[in-house]
Amino acid sequence: MLVLLGVLLVVVGFAVGLNPLLVVLASALATGLAAGLSPLEVLAAFGKAFNENRYVSAAWLILPVIGVLERSGLQEAARGLIGRLRSVTFARLMLSYLLFRQATSALGLTSIAGQTQTIRPIIAPMAEAARAVETGVAEVAPAEAQRVRAFAAATDNIGLFFGEDIFLAIGSILLMVGFLEQNGITVEPLHLSVWAIPTAIAAFLVHGARILMFGRRERPRS
Amino acid sequence: MIGLTQVYALAGFVFAGFAVLSLRDPANPRRVRNALFWGLFALSFLAGDRLGDLGNGVLVLIMALAAALGLGRSGTGTSDAEARAASARAYGLRLFLPALLIPLMVLAGSLGVRHGGPALAALVDPKQATLVSLGIAALVVAVLSVRLFRQPVLSPLTEGLRLADTIGWMALLPQMLAALGAVFALAGVGGVVGETVTGVFPMDTRLAAVVVYCLGMAGFTVLMGNAFAAFPVMTAGVALPVLVGRFGGDPAAVCAIGMLSGFCGTLLTPLAANFNLAPAALLDLDDRFAVIKAQAPTALVLLAVNTVLMNVLAFPAHP
Repeated sequence: MLVLLGVLLVVVGFAVGLNPLLVVLASALATGLAAGLSPLEVLAAFGKAFNENRYVSAAWLILPVIGVLERSGLQEAARGLIGRLRSVTFARLMLSYLLFRQATSALGLTSIAGQTQTIRPIIAPMAEAARAVETGVAEVAPAEAQRVRAFAAATDNIGLFFGEDIFLAIGSILLMVGFLEQNGITVEPLHLSVWAIPTAIAAFLVHGARILMFGRRERPRS
Repeated sequence: MIGLTQVYALAGFVFAGFAVLSLRDPANPRRVRNALFWGLFALSFLAGDRLGDLGNGVLVLIMALAAALGLGRSGTGTSDAEARAASARAYGLRLFLPALLIPLMVLAGSLGVRHGGPALAALVDPKQATLVSLGIAALVVAVLSVRLFRQPVLSPLTEGLRLADTIGWMALLPQMLAALGAVFALAGVGGVVGETVTGVFPMDTRLAAVVVYCLGMAGFTVLMGNAFAAFPVMTAGVALPVLVGRFGGDPAAVCAIGMLSGFCGTLLTPLAANFNLAPAALLDLDDRFAVIKAQAPTALVLLAVNTVLMNVLAFPAHP
């Protein structure tokens, strides 16, 4: 039971708003000590795992090119485009993006869009501009802009998560096939991926309904 | 052969560039700390394999402490709104072309290596085709954009640093959480949580067992930050013995919908920092949890939907 101390530390630390980096270090230390390692052994185990997971941070390689495009006016161009295309409402934009993200992820193309490369430079500014047009203001209020951006980011994650499992060779499908095989059950990847389709449809309907509701709100005060 | 080593080297040089620019930035009051942070990030990518386990541990410890003390924001690189608007008017829709070229290159690269015959497969490590393609696309399109839109030669680094400073210490969190997951696994945290769940909740009826499995996958994912860690524990503890063994469920349907219930948990947890917290920093949101809050209603409804779907679809009707 003592090893759960680390999990508890993470939950409490994140909840009370301590710096997450320090919370993670403290949790790793507590968990390792509870498992009978010395502090130096915990540090070495953590360092080894940190080094093996560098691919997680390699994703930041995309920052320079996105930065140059922003400096060249990509966000402004995205906003301007929406200002001219008056038929593109917030709801239509987000529904199209949700469908695009789910469909491409279902084909295994999970890396062709994302928070850094699509949401920040293109989709979020477009969504803000569409909200501004439909609420009849030149620029949405800061609080509304924050809500719109968070919603755009959420839409990217939801499209990705509930599309990718339809693809046969995605990590989670391979994990399930391998795990079941270890337990003496043979399943084809195709049999797992077809069972992701009902949830994918439900995700489009549920989040799509929320997009429509978000787009129909009156012009927010604030 | 181009593989992880080359991509890591490229990332290392970019981060080293961030460190040098940070150090020489008089507008940043915390320039030494920023330079230390990005310098160590560069060291990790360039020489991480030669530092040893303890060396890497010390490196990440210093990085985390420096970042937790607070990083500053760079003053260089940012062009003014006027110049950006003028550039947007001048180039118009052409600005979208490089943005579209990145996904096209990633797509062509990963498909090309997979299906392009032995010559390409010998040139690029097939297991890392996507990451290699992304690295090449990032480099090529950055150079192309500088030429096309007449930006300063150093602008990829200065503008990259501007974005990196927007993200700040959050840039380190996803990798640290991945390392924490490894320590959890080493200490057997998953097994203990699994035993607790299966020991505490009654699973006398099929519906009760379905609910325990789906909510357990989501809840466990919230605690561990990723559904892959929850899946083996919950499936070995609940799905295989009870849902498949006792109630005759179809293992493929049970596991697939169980994994998707875990994904609902991923949408709810700050521990999935790269999906949930990093975008909040990247989009300059005041509330660190704003993206999670925007996802929560969808995630909770879908969790209920998954539970119903499993109960309806995963058990063949009795004759």
